[in-house]
Amino acid sequence: MNFTTILGDVWMPTSASTVADDTDAVFYFIHYLSAIFLVAIVAATIYFALKYKKRSDNDKTSPIEHNSKLEFWWSFLPGLLLVVMFIWGFDIWLKLQVPPANAMNVRVTARQWTWQFDYPKDGITAGELVVPVNTPVKLTMSASDVLHSFYVPEFRVKKDVLPNRYSVAWFEATEPGEYNVFCTEYCGKNHSRMITRVQVKSAADFEAWRETGGVPPGTSPAEAGKIFYKSFGCNQCHSSDGTANTGPTFLGLYGSSHGLTDGTTVVVDDNYIRESIEIPGAKVVAGFQPRMPSFKGKIKDKQMVAIIEFLKTLSK
Amino acid sequence: MSGSYGNEGEQSYLSRKGFLTWALTLDHKRIGLMYLGAVLFFFLIGGIMALLVRTELLTAEGDLFSGDNYNKIYTLHGAIMVFVFIIPSVPAALGNFLLPLMLGAKDVAFPRLNLASWYIYLLGSAFLIFSVLAGSIDTGWTFYTPYSIGPSDNGNAIIAATLGVFILGFSSILTGVNFISTIHKMRAPGMKWMDMPLMIWALYATSVIQVLATPVLAITLLLLVFERLLGFGIFNPALGGDPVLYQHFFWFYSHPAVYIMILPGFGIVSELLTVHSRKRIFGYKAIAFSSVAIAVIGFLVWGHHMFVSGQSELSSTIFSGITFAVAIPTAIKVFGWVATLYKGSIRFTTPMLYGLYFIFTFTIGGLTGLPLATLASDVHLHDTYYVVAHFHYVMMGGLVIAFIGGLHHWWPKMTGRMYNIKLAAFASVLVFIGFNLTFFSQFFLGSQGMPRRYHAYDRVSESLQGTYKFWHQMSTSGSYILAIGLFITLGYLLASLRKGGTRSPHNPWGGVSMEWLTATPPIEHNFEGQPVCTHGPYEFPEIDKSAQDKH
Ligand code: HEM
Ligand SMILES: [Cu+2]
Repeated sequence: MNFTTILGDVWMPTSASTVADDTDAVFYFIHYLSAIFLVAIVAATIYFALKYKKRSDNDKTSPIEHNSKLEFWWSFLPGLLLVVMFIWGFDIWLKLQVPPANAMNVRVTARQWTWQFDYPKDGITAGELVVPVNTPVKLTMSASDVLHSFYVPEFRVKKDVLPNRYSVAWFEATEPGEYNVFCTEYCGKNHSRMITRVQVKSAADFEAWRETGGVPPGTSPAEAGKIFYKSFGCNQCHSSDGTANTGPTFLGLYGSSHGLTDGTTVVVDDNYIRESIEIPGAKVVAGFQPRMPSFKGKIKDKQMVAIIEFLKTLSK
Repeated sequence: MSGSYGNEGEQSYLSRKGFLTWALTLDHKRIGLMYLGAVLFFFLIGGIMALLVRTELLTAEGDLFSGDNYNKIYTLHGAIMVFVFIIPSVPAALGNFLLPLMLGAKDVAFPRLNLASWYIYLLGSAFLIFSVLAGSIDTGWTFYTPYSIGPSDNGNAIIAATLGVFILGFSSILTGVNFISTIHKMRAPGMKWMDMPLMIWALYATSVIQVLATPVLAITLLLLVFERLLGFGIFNPALGGDPVLYQHFFWFYSHPAVYIMILPGFGIVSELLTVHSRKRIFGYKAIAFSSVAIAVIGFLVWGHHMFVSGQSELSSTIFSGITFAVAIPTAIKVFGWVATLYKGSIRFTTPMLYGLYFIFTFTIGGLTGLPLATLASDVHLHDTYYVVAHFHYVMMGGLVIAFIGGLHHWWPKMTGRMYNIKLAAFASVLVFIGFNLTFFSQFFLGSQGMPRRYHAYDRVSESLQGTYKFWHQMSTSGSYILAIGLFITLGYLLASLRKGGTRSPHNPWGGVSMEWLTATPPIEHNFEGQPVCTHGPYEFPEIDKSAQDKH
């Protein structure tokens, strides 16, 4: 539809999926129609209000009470238009409900307040969604705590993520680039921080990304650790610059010694870090809530080593 | 209509003084006035919360409040506005005062229940206030599970708030029962159903929903409390419960509740547009019955809040279809109001200005319901600012604009005073401009993808962040203009009550429905003797009866 481009910038963000243009078409159809109705209603109101403004105390007003013909038509015609909207919207929506059989599978886990994307075939886990352009992608989603919702405005795709069932969404990106992934179901304190990115890559770039497990070739362990620190969403709660947050900062953490909630002290070494990641509740640092989810089985050995190397670069 | 004006005989309902004459009063007019004071107080508090929220969103960073505090403030804003301001505003405050007067009755059918409903309302409000003191809730006014039943630092606050809303429900039910009985049994002799002012029809439809839907909310909230305290496992997925079930329960009440909120507004606007244009309403029956139709169909559309929630595709399809059906009676009303102006003699009084604003703002609110009812576009718009804009256009632009218009229309009747007319017209323009700037901006925010209930948007990628910031700043500027308009309004209304404030003429707008038959302000027992209804509510002397047959 071409009229999408006229108002495209004001109303809708870039369209970057196969369904986006269809959705926009029905969106604009309803909005243009609404604009016509609104203008007609406002024009009639203003015209009547000015034309029949009180002139004198002797004004006479019309005794008219109703007009069946008029009333019939102004119910019937809008009614027809409503049927068109319903069917049009339903038709596009059906497409959204049925992922193509050849779609690439990605598992999505949402938790307060991070996203995790697993590529089962490749054993990759990432905090950003990376997908090839022009390929249908099927997301099978679940939450590990409260309700969340997966939303990419540029794709016009949204689906709630629930703790007690799998929900499914799919899209086929049409434009390489980087877009926002929003959580759109209120999920508590850091709801507005639960934003990550979807990177749409060309087929070749995606292949390269996949081959190296999501890390560019030639990356040092510490640099890879920094990527994982972000991609697993550790940075949502642990700063790397000393700022206080939901969890202790990583700056100067490695090698330091810590008071725990049970009164004992512990020195932060490789073993303590591994334990904290896999069984976060075992030793909780004094002054913090046991809020961290377990990453056991999610963070692989090599990734664990990389993260520890990264932490070492932050020690004092 | 015949009946005496009662100016000399009995005393005004306001003349007896003393705390107990109010605290123990069975007079619907005094109860209405007490409700009015309370709802205006809560409107003020809820409004201040809204300004805090808007101010936080001026910048992309969450720099004014912490995330927790922001969530508490917006939750409080929503909960106060919905449960203790909008729902009781027209029925319990204006409706209580007007309903018996408009019917030519001496009081409501059950004056004691009426007083009881007031105290239950106070008790419920007290629970809400207590919940604020106990740490305040951060669940949103929708209390979605499992967030609302999960670990929280404010568990007690959540329980207090849900119990508060539970209790408030009973006050709402009692008012509803009272109105239904009064309308059935206490209409003045001669008043047939089709002679009732449309305000009464609207209150009737509202009452039916209140009585039928509120118990479901009550049960839902009670289950929520049990779930928190005893771990029932109905809504808690960790115990095998289902959060989507909670949403079904919640919206089964809360969608009809949006009609509890708007139908009384339809009633008020029908009165404003007729009286101030000296015309009969266009399509009395269509407007009366469409209120009832909306009330009935409104029970069958709750699932349109859940298109992306994980309910079945079949349910979504059915709910989408039925939602479109509600739009038809809504359109019929709007067309009828516009046609009412045709060949009238229109006075641009403040109540009339609000009536005209309503046509504009409510139409936008209704029309923007359509892309939300459409499955494909709702997927994009759900839980964004587009929805926020939509429901503020219907609730603030619809109900609240009508409420303020009605307040200006019946203020003389209630208080015997007239406010400063020039200031009122000026303030109304500020309200109109401020309102539209605030909420129209939010349509753009929403269609561009800005999620609702976000404390900050600094993590949004640069390209969209700039757009969001621009519209957020427009919206916040609008909210300040709106606030100034409303504060001026509060100021001149209160000023009119001071000693030596301007006395209102007996019937300043020339109304011909029965509330204008008695003194201004009314006498304690409303009417001297039983008034008799001899004509419809819109038979103004200006109507050119000689032209009757030409149509
Ligand atoms: C033509 C009439 C209307 C239609 C077709 C309509 C349609 C809708 C739809 C489909 C939604 C759900 C959107 C979503 O969550 O994605 C919605 C939300 C809402 N509507 Fe309407 N609506 C109409 C009129 C009204 C009226 C008259 C009111 C109240 C006075 C109202 C109040 C609300 C509220 C409060 C919400 C959102 C509640 C929340 O999520 O917090 N609507 N509307
Ligand atoms: Cu609804």
